[in-house]
Amino acid sequence: MSALRRPLPGWVEIGLLPLANIALAFLVVSVIVAIIGVDPLHALRLLVLGALGSSESIGYTLYYATNFIFTGLAVAVAFHAGLFNIGGEGQAYIGGLGCGLAVLALDRYLPGLLMIPLAILASAAFGAAWAAIPAWMQAWRGSHIVITTIMFNFVASALMVYLMVNVLIAPGSMTPQSRGFGASAQVPSMQAALQWIGIAVAPSALNLSLLLALLSCVGVWIFLWHTPWGYGLRTMGHNPEAALYAGTNLKRTTMLAMCLSGALAGGVAVNELLGVHHRLVLDFAAGYGFTGIAVALMGRGHPLGIVLAALLFGALQQGGAELAFESPRITREMVVVIQGLVILFSGALVHLPRPWLQALFARRG
Amino acid sequence: MQELTADAAIELRGIDKSFGSVHAVRGVSVRIERGSITGIVGENGAGKSTLMSILYGLYRADAGEILVDGRPVEMASPRDAIGHGIGMVHQHFMLVDSFTVLENLVLGAEGGALLARGLAAARTELARLARDYGLTVDPDARVADLSVGEQQRVEILKVLLRGARILILDEPSAVLTPQETDRLLQILRVLRDRGVTVVLITHKLREILAVTEKVIVMRRGEVVAERRTADTNAEDLAELMVGRKVRFDLDKAPARKGETLLAARHLSLVDGRGVRLLDDISLEVKAGEIVGIAGVSGNGQTELLQVLSGIRPPSGGEFEACGRKVDATHPVDPAEMRDLGVAHVPEDRLRQGLVPAFLASETSILGYQDREPFCHNYILDGPAVGKYCADLMERFDVRPRTPGLLSSSFSGGNQQKLILAREMARDPKVLLVGQPTRGVDIGAIEFIRRELVRSRDAGCAVLVVSVELEEILSLADRILVMFAGRIVGEVAAGQADERTLGLMMAGARAA
Repeated sequence: MSALRRPLPGWVEIGLLPLANIALAFLVVSVIVAIIGVDPLHALRLLVLGALGSSESIGYTLYYATNFIFTGLAVAVAFHAGLFNIGGEGQAYIGGLGCGLAVLALDRYLPGLLMIPLAILASAAFGAAWAAIPAWMQAWRGSHIVITTIMFNFVASALMVYLMVNVLIAPGSMTPQSRGFGASAQVPSMQAALQWIGIAVAPSALNLSLLLALLSCVGVWIFLWHTPWGYGLRTMGHNPEAALYAGTNLKRTTMLAMCLSGALAGGVAVNELLGVHHRLVLDFAAGYGFTGIAVALMGRGHPLGIVLAALLFGALQQGGAELAFESPRITREMVVVIQGLVILFSGALVHLPRPWLQALFARRG
Repeated sequence: MQELTADAAIELRGIDKSFGSVHAVRGVSVRIERGSITGIVGENGAGKSTLMSILYGLYRADAGEILVDGRPVEMASPRDAIGHGIGMVHQHFMLVDSFTVLENLVLGAEGGALLARGLAAARTELARLARDYGLTVDPDARVADLSVGEQQRVEILKVLLRGARILILDEPSAVLTPQETDRLLQILRVLRDRGVTVVLITHKLREILAVTEKVIVMRRGEVVAERRTADTNAEDLAELMVGRKVRFDLDKAPARKGETLLAARHLSLVDGRGVRLLDDISLEVKAGEIVGIAGVSGNGQTELLQVLSGIRPPSGGEFEACGRKVDATHPVDPAEMRDLGVAHVPEDRLRQGLVPAFLASETSILGYQDREPFCHNYILDGPAVGKYCADLMERFDVRPRTPGLLSSSFSGGNQQKLILAREMARDPKVLLVGQPTRGVDIGAIEFIRRELVRSRDAGCAVLVVSVELEEILSLADRILVMFAGRIVGEVAAGQADERTLGLMMAGARAA
């Protein structure tokens, strides 16, 4: 019952604490921005307008958020099982391979209503398979999943470069990318979808994969908190001995958690390849897997929190790009610093403002 | 009044402490007389540990003052407490197993960059302490090779070496055999005769009556009574602790034994390093009887329960539970054991029996989560689980009756009642119970033991493992004693006494 572990009211824990973390991060950002000679308030205005100022920028913010929801969920599912999956990056990448192979093989024969679900399944299956290998090695051979999933990111990257350069490259192409996907394998953009129901928005990369991401949130929520397998998985994450006592098979549950995690990471491929690039390209997953760790941490492992955290990181990504574009003194690297600080304060230093909030609420209560 | 304060080693005045909404200590004032042994008794959560943690500087009191030798002092950290000559021996030893006794003694007081000088000084001090207090321990023995009783002596020496004149012991006998406990009490008497002030926190009334001069009884954060030990007895103290009359004797009818439901033959368990954890265990438990397994913890009881409940497969031998034969080549998993009607109340409720971060309702279905009526079509039925949990809470008097509360928010006794309720709710044929009342308050102990006897009378075969000899004696119809992975003796309950059982527990083989 030390002072650190004294509970805060629920709304403070879920709402105020993350806000305090973000505020702290921006405080430090302001200092840095001021040092390089830019008015912090002006920079903040550019950032916010860049992320939310127009229907186009909102579209891009939501498009980035879609990726973060997938990788955030992937990290969270593994985390509930007590497993730290650092390999979202590689799983998303290999998920893209599955997606690409399915489309390249079948897009000339199947209509969209069959092709797209099949490509989604292929993304999930390949992502799951890539996660299954480290999971198997941990469950049966005892190698640590943190190490193996990191290594598998490199393996995935090397494998994809090899395949793209030597095997899957479009004939006659100078860049390592596959031929374009047929029309039946393209997820409609949000602009097109909204036009059908008579709403006009500016074009952006946002596509209907966002709906798949939100459905995945509901699915994960049901799975983790409303099925016996989710129950067993969470038991293992909190307390492996209790899970063993309850008759949960730890090896099988490790496999289940990691495969599900990898399948969710595969969602990035759906958003990027079926929704935006419409071909198999290199490095489409860059950075999303790692940021997913911060998203899951900040969202406290809950799908609703992950959606909110993904929106924040999506806004940072989009607003940051605009900021770098508008303000010559702030480079892309500066934007990465800003993102890094938000991750630092909401991830590693998440409990920093806790004593202050506790003091505040202890005095009142 | 001034005079009274002068001969008090410690005086606490109006100490008050809250954790959030829990008012743990309410305006407590006590005086600990110099050169005496004072006992502090109370149920779990009565505030005795919190009070002593405030005295030792681990917590800060919200209000009140602490006087040492009549002078008000500030206790901001254990360092302050040690500076004022107060030392604490914790329930769980804080020793480095692979170090020698001497190395452990200088830990945190190495006295310079080079160890040699500190070690030499400690050796001299140790010799003096051995002379003065008769506390002998081989300074060059590795802690891992010492018995539990000797390790505790090292803990006491550690505190004395730091110059403590006031010694606080928190549940010191929890891990000791009766003989080791007697030796500990003897040591405490010698310390007192040499002028050391001792505060003994315990829930074992036998020890309080044997060694203290004064007893302070706490209940719900308050001191409800102070008694001269000579003027009181166990019934009186228990009543003060609980706030109502407590009956120690379980009136149970003689066992009406039926068929054998659990039988082990030459069961053994060898771990990865080749250590024999269980060695040639044979036992039988019949329907309608309680078999108790006595022993000091760490002698294979934990592993025996793991094997019999299907958590670990045996390495050799076999056992049969409700008609299912299990051996190394035909293992069983805990889920199948539950299907067979074997329920298991695990020893360590926080690590095995429940998940502290889960709701009470989730805890109430642990191990049964994929069964009707909790789960249909692969979806958990939340309302059904909540209602089930509320029913269990009603039947087993779990307080507060809130299925939506985190399991960790319940007291030890209520957590244990919830687990017991979960395991007994399905009328098991065999009930395996580890440490049924460890860390459970007196009121709940009484309840839990009655429920176990009721279960026995309903025809269940009950196997109880406990390190509390008194518990085994009051519950069991037949007593087996375990030592070093073997069963070293069997005694019918009627013929058992603490002394002979204690000798067997220490490894002296009986016929």
